[in-house]
Amino acid sequence: MSKQPKAVALISGGLDSLLAARVVMEQGVHVEGINFFTGFCVEGHTHALRKKDRQRPKRNNALWSAEQLGIKLHIVDIIEEYKDVVINPKHGYGSNLNPCLDCKIFMVNKAREWIDANGFDFIITGEVVGQRPMSQRKDTLPVVARDSGAGDRLVRPLCARNLPPTLPEIEGWLDRGRLYGFNGRSRKPQMALARQFGFEDYAQPAGGCCFLTDKQYAVKLADLWNTRGKRDYDFDDIMLLKVGRHLRPGTNFKLIVGREEGENRFLEGYRKRFINIIPTSHTGPLALIDGDPDADDIELAARLTARFSQGRDAGRVTVAVKQLDGMTQTLDVIPMPSDEIPEDWYV
Amino acid sequence: MDPVTLDARNLLCPMPVIRMQDTVRKLQPGDVIKVVCTDPGVLHDIPAWCRVHGHEVCDIDEQEYEITITVRVGPGSQTGA
Ligand code: SF4
Repeated sequence: MSKQPKAVALISGGLDSLLAARVVMEQGVHVEGINFFTGFCVEGHTHALRKKDRQRPKRNNALWSAEQLGIKLHIVDIIEEYKDVVINPKHGYGSNLNPCLDCKIFMVNKAREWIDANGFDFIITGEVVGQRPMSQRKDTLPVVARDSGAGDRLVRPLCARNLPPTLPEIEGWLDRGRLYGFNGRSRKPQMALARQFGFEDYAQPAGGCCFLTDKQYAVKLADLWNTRGKRDYDFDDIMLLKVGRHLRPGTNFKLIVGREEGENRFLEGYRKRFINIIPTSHTGPLALIDGDPDADDIELAARLTARFSQGRDAGRVTVAVKQLDGMTQTLDVIPMPSDEIPEDWYV
Repeated sequence: MDPVTLDARNLLCPMPVIRMQDTVRKLQPGDVIKVVCTDPGVLHDIPAWCRVHGHEVCDIDEQEYEITITVRVGPGSQTGA
């Protein structure tokens, strides 16, 4: 090949994908980044919604990586298509609701479609043999290459020397001797390589790259599926699982209560879709009712909302309940004392 | 040409960036786009996205709950997705 080879690197925002792209760029390959937005990515969301986060706004780590590398980054919305990966993972879940192996296969497959459409030659990922228990084992790395359809056009520069040669190595676009042979869970080799390239201040996510690895979040998603009687979700559902306190007094409804001004403002955007409650006699949160409550449930939800208002110690709190048909009802309720709220109502 | 206006209010990052990227792909170098957002995360993300793609941030108007960012599309070609 006389022209400069072109590769797309899956950029998650973590250190490994940053290094993998850089290792390939060192060999004169034109690299662009691709980042898939599943709706569950830890990046971005709820970012600056809460005041404490607003004061130190977080960067988008994938964009930060692209800037460090001096490459373009294409952010691709895969929210709809990704649903099937989360709901029906062929290879099952990891420790929570994270379908890591199916997720990897799906993303590499998307990257393969992208390189075909854009005339690129190969795909780079930051995977390392033995790094993660499910998707990055010696026996699962070949599954990702095979089932994604990428085959030998998938290069893992950080552990390439532990794997069979790929097309770019065979074609001479990449010198195998300048790729790496990392393996196992240790992060030391990556940190040393980062130092060598002068990367500082990179992101080091503790669990994985998405909320599906988060126990609390997985419990909320499982609760949503169980109470609806089907494993499905839409984008608003998964956004709302990240916002507010979630209390479930019954299988037929749950209450989402804003914890502060930023969350209340965000929940405002959902007032047309949900029955909602707002205290009028005292300052207080906006609460959405998700489900199918009867009159008693609405009264209970109003008492709970009052509990989180400034009137929590008052004898009575007045709230406005806005129904889906736009009608507003006024209720005068006794705030529910905190010690009467069963622990297991908190999802 | 009048600026193209994109309503990205009530979307959380990175959705405003994705919407912007998809709109910019249909524009020509030199065109101007105004994005109206509510997530303050865009104050960081949109300029960062513009830097990596070579677009120019002309103005950032930050009101209490709304942020309008004006961007002039840069010369580079837009690859794929
Ligand atoms: S942690 Fe989430 S995004 Fe990362 S591979 Fe697993 S399922 Fe996919």
